[in-house]
Order: sequence, then C-alpha cells, then structure tokens
Amino acid sequence: MNLRTPVKDARGLGSAKDGVHHWWVQRLSAVALVPLVLWFAFSLAINAGGDYEAARAWIGSPFTAGAAILLIAAAFYHAQLGLQVVLEDYVDNKALEIVSLVVVKFLAAVLALTGILAVLSIAFGG
Amino acid sequence: MAEFKLPKNSRVGQGKTWSAPDGASNVREFKVYRWHPDEGQNPRIDTFELDMDDCGPMVLDALIKIKNEVDPSLTFRRSCREGICGSCAMNIDGQNTLACTKACDEVDGAVRVYPLPHMPVVKDLVPDLTHFYAQYASIRPWIRTETATPPDRERLQSKEDRAKLDGLYECILCACCTTSCPSYWWNGDRYLGPAVLLQAYRWIVDSRDETTGERLDDLEDPFKLYRCHTIMNCAQTCPKGLNPAKAIAEIKKLMIERR
Repeated sequence: MNLRTPVKDARGLGSAKDGVHHWWVQRLSAVALVPLVLWFAFSLAINAGGDYEAARAWIGSPFTAGAAILLIAAAFYHAQLGLQVVLEDYVDNKALEIVSLVVVKFLAAVLALTGILAVLSIAFGG
Repeated sequence: MAEFKLPKNSRVGQGKTWSAPDGASNVREFKVYRWHPDEGQNPRIDTFELDMDDCGPMVLDALIKIKNEVDPSLTFRRSCREGICGSCAMNIDGQNTLACTKACDEVDGAVRVYPLPHMPVVKDLVPDLTHFYAQYASIRPWIRTETATPPDRERLQSKEDRAKLDGLYECILCACCTTSCPSYWWNGDRYLGPAVLLQAYRWIVDSRDETTGERLDDLEDPFKLYRCHTIMNCAQTCPKGLNPAKAIAEIKKLMIERR
C-alpha cells in the first residue's frame, strides 16, 4: 500500500544539478561534425579512383591526419552521448541500463582510439 | 524496456452499438472508449449513432447528448464548455484536445473519442491526473520573494516584463501537451513534461519573482528537464495554441547563460 503523498513521488530524489554539460557538448559536437563530415565526403569524392599509395599519402599529410582525428573523436564522442540518452529513455531495468551504458562508452573509446591510432600510424609510419 | 504494447488487461475490444433514432437523416457515428473499474473487464469501444440535426456542434455537445439521452453511465469531465477550464481534455480523432472547442465537422468519418493517452484511467474518459498535478505543485507555482510586499500597493511590473508572460499565462493545465509527449510516456515518473515546464518558465521569467536561480537549480536535472528531445507534439496539440517546446528551449538557454 502506498501511503506516500503524490508530491513526495513527484519530487523524488530532487535535482541532480547535472545535465547542462551533457546537453551543451552534444550540441557542440554536432556543430563540429557538420564541417568535418562535409570535408571528409568532399575529399573522398575528389580522391576517388586514386591508388593505395595516393590514399596513404593523402591520409598521412598533416592537415588530413589532423582533421581525420578530429572527425573520429567528434563522431564517437557524439555517438556515445546520443546512445546514452537512448538507453536512459528506453531501458527501465536499472542494472541493465548501467551495464549497457558502460559497454557503449567503453566500445566508443576503443573504436575511437583504434581509428585515431590507425591515422597516426599512417602519418608517422610512412 | 519501455512498453510499446498495451498490457493484456488494457487491450481494447468491441463494445455495444446504439443506433440512431428512427427518422434521423443527418447521422454521425461516435466511437467512444469505455471502461468501468468495477466490472473487471477490458476496455471496449461503444458506437453511438447521433442525429446531428438535434445536437450541438462540438464534440462535448455530442458527449453530453449521449449522457443525457442514450447512456447515462458515460463518464467524462467537463465544466466551462468554452475552453478555459481544461476539464474536457481528451483524445479526439487521434489528437489531444478540448472536447468543448473541437467541432464535430472538423473530423472526417466516425468521431473517435479516447481518454488522454498513457495515463491511468479512472473510468471511461476520465484519466488519473494526480501525478501531473503533484509535478505542478513541485515547481512551487507562486511568486517567491525575499523582499516584503510594499505595504501600500501591489508588486509592480513594467509593460515589457508583463509582455514576457504572454504565451505562458494562457496555459490552462489541461494536460493535452504532457500526455501527447512520448518522452513523458516513457519517463513521466521523473520527467516533468511540457505543461509543467512551461509553467516553471512562466515563474522563471516573472520579473516579480526573486528565486530565479533556485528555480533553475531545481530543474537542472537529466530527467526533470533534459528528457525533452524537441519532439514538438506539445506545440502541435496545444488547444490554446501555445508552444511549450519554446518555453523549454528558453529554460535550456538560461541554463547555459548562467554557467
């Protein structure tokens, strides 16, 4: 039997004093991705048809390597922020929610690092 | 997971049909959600055929006619019949609105009438709005000040500051917007929902209130405020033509501004 008042339930545990940062960096990373994705798509189109060596040389050039690393970092950062919201929205089971949040964040970190290290190894490995 | 299907005991079945009186020429079908808490049965849709030549123009007129002349057990809330009390909020033709300001002519085919979505039903078209009202109470919707009221007059407000309340003070708390919001359906236990957030903003921008910072503090929460994903069903459905999504966006802007 629930003898609590409705306001007790509505107020719950109160405000977490959090959420602004998540919301703001999700928007910032979205804005950053607009020019980065456009640049990447354009560059791919321009470089289409080139051979393996040409592609390596292109990725290895300082500007391309820098922009590609920024693209990879922004994309995975933005993706895990977005997936976090989806999981919080739809997964009711608290334990499952926490586990999936951790898995998503770890996967994003591993994939982002893999991409960034691939670009670096081309840039420095020659 | 969030539930995407109705629970077994909420699935809607076929109900009774009440035929139009003999000699009626202008017949309209009303398909109305019925559920009685004491019968232990699933909800059903009853079909009422009404003679529109002998009925007022609004959906509420039709519901009152059904209750008066066809089935007195039909249960719904209504009071002012002119769109200012918010009592007769329900889902008509797939959209939340006020039965008293929705004309039957605006609907094609049979007029489908359901209670507000995703709320516990008390009976027929009456939803349980207890949690909604408690959430409204939780934002403390009244002027809070340090400064004592002037002894000789009311608290004054410039015309410009008063204008900031336009588009907010008109909210009648009918819950059409809140119950149309998918985010509120999934997380309504913690998310305050569009109506309550619009009301919260109404007190945040009020030039006479001195607790703006505390009000923002109370809302700064991933669930209370940030479950709004700008779906905009609230602005689409508001029977008063208000834009709760914009009020929520203004709150989010203030959250950034004060960092």
